Amino acid sequence: MRHDGALRFVARSFVRTESVAEEVVQDTWLAVIRGLHAFEGRSSLRTWIFHILVNRARSRAVREARTVPFSSLEDADGPSVDPSAFDTDGRWAQSPPRLDGDPERHLLSQELRRRLIGAVEELPEGQRAVIALRDLAGLPSEEVCELLGLSQGNQRVLLHRARTRVRAALAPIVVEDA
Amino acid sequence: MIRLRLRRRRSPNPLACREFVELVSDYLEGTLPPDVRARVDAHLAECDACTGYLEDVRMIATTLPTIELPETDPATHAALVAAFRDAQRG
Repeated sequence: MRHDGALRFVARSFVRTESVAEEVVQDTWLAVIRGLHAFEGRSSLRTWIFHILVNRARSRAVREARTVPFSSLEDADGPSVDPSAFDTDGRWAQSPPRLDGDPERHLLSQELRRRLIGAVEELPEGQRAVIALRDLAGLPSEEVCELLGLSQGNQRVLLHRARTRVRAALAPIVVEDA
Repeated sequence: MIRLRLRRRRSPNPLACREFVELVSDYLEGTLPPDVRARVDAHLAECDACTGYLEDVRMIATTLPTIELPETDPATHAALVAAFRDAQRG
């Protein structure tokens, strides 16, 4: 059940509470088990499982009368980085802090990894669902667009917003620790 | 709302850091048109700060899949295994 955590994470983008997300994940696994014989292999198994999950999470969200604004581009019309970070020529006023103290290793410290997930959890629903499906679950962009009913362009904007917002959330921690 | 004013210059049309941060994900996704990608490459070649920023964003994308998320609780796991066995028999 390598994907269980990612499934719960995605489900949580649609429904209000952890416990409802947990139920959606359980329902999904049961549906997968019952429907496995009917799986036709037209998509990857992983995509098929996430498809079931998103459908179930969506219906659950409708029952909860929760609006899921995935087609809207949340906060997408402002700049990714605070404009005061740049001088009048558009250059960095000072180099932004690196997240990784040891860039050669390309591995975040345990503490930063924990904070990374925390930052993803704080994202608006659409950004959270896209980054969870793309980066946590590792689904390709076309499949994420289909699952969430997004255009390629909107999916890219949400992913970009999500990653830059997560980076911005981690940067002060790095500065603090330095 | 602050509008980004793209600087229009004739060749070589250099990219500002402020523009680069809006293109970083599309650059990583490989979805930029070739001329824009070339401008980004030219900018990265001479800007350490943006190269670092790019590596940070890339690292977020590559670190997320390696993070262990909480697994299913044992009771749920057992129930699912039982359901799976039932389905096999049925």
